[in-house]
Amino acid sequence: MPPLSQALEAAHARRLRRYRLVLLALGLLLLPSLLLALGLGVYRITWQEWPQVLQGGEAYLVLTQIRLPRVLLAALVGGLWGLSGAVLQGLFRTPLADPALIGMGAGGALGAALWSFGMSGAWMLYGLPLAALAGTLLAVALVWRLAYREGQVQVTTLILVGVIFSTVAGALIGLLGLLGGEAQSRDFTFWTQGGFSGSNWALVGPLAGLGLLAGGLLLRLAPWLNALVLGEREARMLGLDVVRFKRRALWGVALAVGVAVAGGGVIAFVGLLAPQLFRWLAGPDHRYALPGALLLGALLGVWSDLLARLLAAPLEVPLSFLTALVGGPLFLWMLVQRVRL
Amino acid sequence: MSVQPPTLEAHRLGYRRGARWLLRGIDLRLSGGELAVLLGPNGAGKTTLLRLLAGELHPSEGEVRWGGRPLGQLPPLAQARERAVFSQHQELAFPFSAYEVAFLGRLPHLEGRPETSHDHQVTRQALHQTDSAHLAERAYPSLSGGEAVRVALARVLAQEPRLLLLDEPTNHLDPPHQLEVLRLLLAQSRAGRTVMAVLHDLNLAALFADRLLLLHQGRLVADGPPAEVLTAGRLEAVYGLKAAVMQHPSGRPWVLPLL
Repeated sequence: MPPLSQALEAAHARRLRRYRLVLLALGLLLLPSLLLALGLGVYRITWQEWPQVLQGGEAYLVLTQIRLPRVLLAALVGGLWGLSGAVLQGLFRTPLADPALIGMGAGGALGAALWSFGMSGAWMLYGLPLAALAGTLLAVALVWRLAYREGQVQVTTLILVGVIFSTVAGALIGLLGLLGGEAQSRDFTFWTQGGFSGSNWALVGPLAGLGLLAGGLLLRLAPWLNALVLGEREARMLGLDVVRFKRRALWGVALAVGVAVAGGGVIAFVGLLAPQLFRWLAGPDHRYALPGALLLGALLGVWSDLLARLLAAPLEVPLSFLTALVGGPLFLWMLVQRVRL
Repeated sequence: MSVQPPTLEAHRLGYRRGARWLLRGIDLRLSGGELAVLLGPNGAGKTTLLRLLAGELHPSEGEVRWGGRPLGQLPPLAQARERAVFSQHQELAFPFSAYEVAFLGRLPHLEGRPETSHDHQVTRQALHQTDSAHLAERAYPSLSGGEAVRVALARVLAQEPRLLLLDEPTNHLDPPHQLEVLRLLLAQSRAGRTVMAVLHDLNLAALFADRLLLLHQGRLVADGPPAEVLTAGRLEAVYGLKAAVMQHPSGRPWVLPLL
């Protein structure tokens, strides 16, 4: 084999190793993060207390009934934001497409808020993700209509439509909250600012099922998202049924965002941060970037929820406040760079 | 390698946008082993014809057949295993390496099976063939126009198509690399593939093509060996170009524009 070929092969092996190492490291980080988030909070469980806690009592109840569903939900929701961000960016061919920024989050929140305003009990719980799904679908249809021209998504239009849609939806949610009186009003800010304070198993169960479904659907899109990077015409010439693929991808993203919003309200910027961080750490290949964004999103979800609980305890900081502090500047920087990275 | 591929045929092919016919009455037949070059002034319909032959556009009348079957009836993936298309490169929003871009050519072959070392071997060979192996680890968006064209060509070769359609593959390339690409296309056709390229450079076309097809206002006005197609009278009629047709040392025609 000529030396240049050997060099190519070695470089390819190096790249592969890097993708896999980063994925492995993220996977390994998740477990201790979950454990830490389980132990810390207003009710603190130290390492020494763990064996004792697991035998029952009040601490056991706090752990299994309050904290465990909350931490799992934070991981699931964060992961779904990260994954759907990565898919949407591949589909729209821009790293600036965060489902929360382009209005899908607000659409889902509006759907969920309307549903929770009108429904109660089991109806409310099981219908919630579907109501949020309806909202995200509406938002994505609108955004697509306005920002898609001749095989290309116009990034500026995309973001403008997202901002306007989010503002209008946010106003509607606020009005809805006022209609419900003061108690409702406080609940309703949750939809637009994000958080996991209301978590319990009854909520987590159905969301986990739907979330896994969405995740499985989206992860399978990876190889052809790589082809779409070249443009729709090229992807078509490489054998992709572009129309069907896009429809499938948008439904998957809408479902994932719907579940995420139903579980934790709108959490801005995780869908932007997680894929971008993975691209920096490892590279852009969607076959790795999708699971990578999922894991990074889960980590971001768990850690920002932990911070939200600890920073102003016993009060909770809305999650979007924290993610926006990191994600906002990054977004601006990417906008300035018109990201090549 | 040199198993004869099916024949590409167009029968009374026409394409209309609104009330305007961009192409009409095109009959042609391309078979493996010959290098065909499509020529014509701007707006003559070259790219449209290429896209019709590629199955990307659906004809308004007539049909395109590949091996006797209407091309449009094959599912997209089956089409992609048969034919590859090179078109003007697009900007990438993500920092894929040149190698990763070239490897995308393997995608139609990877449906339903994992990638193997063979896929990577084909990719490496394609990069070598287009003189872009040394670019493999560069980020594709950072490549110069000419470098990007060569990597995009490698991607098309990695697809291992039996039918190869190229839209101005020498754009952005310096003269030595233009010659290199034409030699490569000639070699591809000699290996039995059906190759057709759109070119603007009449002399480059005359030097390498076995056959020239000349489009004028949506009609195929000439189809034959370079010496037959490139005559002073035809150049004036089609391009409005006053030219003397000389002879290159190779024996091929050489178009010399007159001032």
